Amino acid sequence: MKHLTPPDILLQASGLHKSYPGGAKVLGGIDLDLHRGERLALIGANGSGKSTLLKCLLGLHDLSGGAVTSFGERFERAPSRAQRTRIRQKTGFVFQQHCLVRRRTVLCNVLHGLLGDPGSWRGFSHMTARADWRVRAMAALDDVGLADKAGARADALSGGQQQRVAIARALVRGPELILADEPVASLDPAAGRSVMELFSGLCLKRGITMVFTSHNMAHLADYADRVVALRGGRVLFDKPAAAVADDDLERTFA
Amino acid sequence: MTRPVPPRLNRLSPLSFVVTVAALAVLIASMTQVAPTPDQLVQGAPRFVNLMDRMTPPNLDPAFLWRIAARIVETFQIALVGAAFGVLLSIPIGWLAARGVSPIGPFHVVAKALVSLARTIPDLVWALIFVATVGLGAVAGTLTITMDTIGFCGRFFAEAIEDADKEPQQALEAIGASKLSVALGAIWPDALPSMINSSLFALEKAVRSSVVLGLVGAGGIGQELKVAFDLFQYQNACTIILVIFIIVLGMEFVTDRLRARLQ
Ligand SMILES: Nc1ncnc2c1ncn2[C@@H]1O[C@H](COP(=O)(O)OP(=O)(O)O)[C@@H](O)[C@H]1O
Ligand SMILES: [Mg+2]
Repeated sequence: MKHLTPPDILLQASGLHKSYPGGAKVLGGIDLDLHRGERLALIGANGSGKSTLLKCLLGLHDLSGGAVTSFGERFERAPSRAQRTRIRQKTGFVFQQHCLVRRRTVLCNVLHGLLGDPGSWRGFSHMTARADWRVRAMAALDDVGLADKAGARADALSGGQQQRVAIARALVRGPELILADEPVASLDPAAGRSVMELFSGLCLKRGITMVFTSHNMAHLADYADRVVALRGGRVLFDKPAAAVADDDLERTFA
Repeated sequence: MTRPVPPRLNRLSPLSFVVTVAALAVLIASMTQVAPTPDQLVQGAPRFVNLMDRMTPPNLDPAFLWRIAARIVETFQIALVGAAFGVLLSIPIGWLAARGVSPIGPFHVVAKALVSLARTIPDLVWALIFVATVGLGAVAGTLTITMDTIGFCGRFFAEAIEDADKEPQQALEAIGASKLSVALGAIWPDALPSMINSSLFALEKAVRSSVVLGLVGAGGIGQELKVAFDLFQYQNACTIILVIFIIVLGMEFVTDRLRARLQ
């Protein structure tokens, strides 16, 4: 079902509630608009529901209440199969760590980014994948500066390089939106900065909308346009990154 | 020092005491029924020496050796083909039986139960079943090894699949990949080394069982062994036992080497 949202709003959550089965309420009414081309940082203490929110927005978890509209597809509870396919076609996801297939090559892992299309199982390995997919995967690897590592096993790479491969895997499908859940939390500060620099730069250059969660407050000013803080299952504040003050952060993590 | 050193022996709880005494009683009662009496040992020893004497020297007549050689080839064929079928069938069966991954969801327990059944029935019993269904000979042996291998590999393949890294699987699911794509893309590469390891053990096991299958008529070298004992041709039996010893040892050597290379 198409829903009327202003054209520059890519993603909208209204009154989003989420409780896990048998668990307490994690999200208790989240309202959020995400504008096209924006870089949004999601912050909050551990367990405040950042990962849960990202997964709900993508339709990976069923909602317990409220609705989400992504790319004009409105759903309550869960997206339909067709909606899910359309939403995921335009959305990339980057996880925190260990999300690559260790024993496969870097190229193979990037190709996996194309496995979402129906009937695409041939992309499971670079040996069986379609020729044009291999070319696209190589181009994505080039974008993150790892074309020379295409044949290396994923677990032979450093943590920072692995996260860059994960970013290439998200980019290969040509998404309009990338959700990144603590993409650099497992890296040392220097490697974290260089990965964020690359990630943010690629998103800016291609007009990809970017949502990331982070524990590093220095990243907010440098890589986000807007900051949304979660606390107690609600939005604590939602303001331009430049306007975030120290006591905002104190309230968030207190 | 504020606390005394704990005693070397903890006092038995009443329950452990009762269980220990009961277990000892069962053991002693059983020994009186099935353990050899000193008499039997004294009488058996010279007979054993006598048998050893009649077994040596082993029969090394070329005509006999050729016959044995043909049986050995058959034994290997049974082991190899049976294990290969078993390993191949265990791949889908292991997938069906793997908790949390199985495409049939909660019914994975049914697949697991069938694998347990294949495993708990001893190979000689499977051999009797297949001799009764497909007749005497090597085919019954091959089917036996296949069932045996499914019982073994089906279980370990399922465990390897269950133990595969979860994060890459979730990453592919988030992209919208199908169950088949997740299985091929993320689970298969992670489970493969452990599956190859199990397959090599299965092959070793298959060679060991295939040498005795002939005792119940399911083909292979065991058939010659049974004939030799039935006809009191103890020198033939000796040759066969030596050959079996060499085969099993050789097989273990080869699979050990292969496994070491895989590490
Ligand atoms: N799959 C799940 N099942 C049950 N509870 C969960 C699950 N995932 C997260 N939770 C719970 O939801 C809360 C929020 O978790 P999460 O969204 O991971 O927070 P964050 O990413 O901000 O650290 C936590 O209390 C966590 O224990
Ligand atoms: Mg989290």
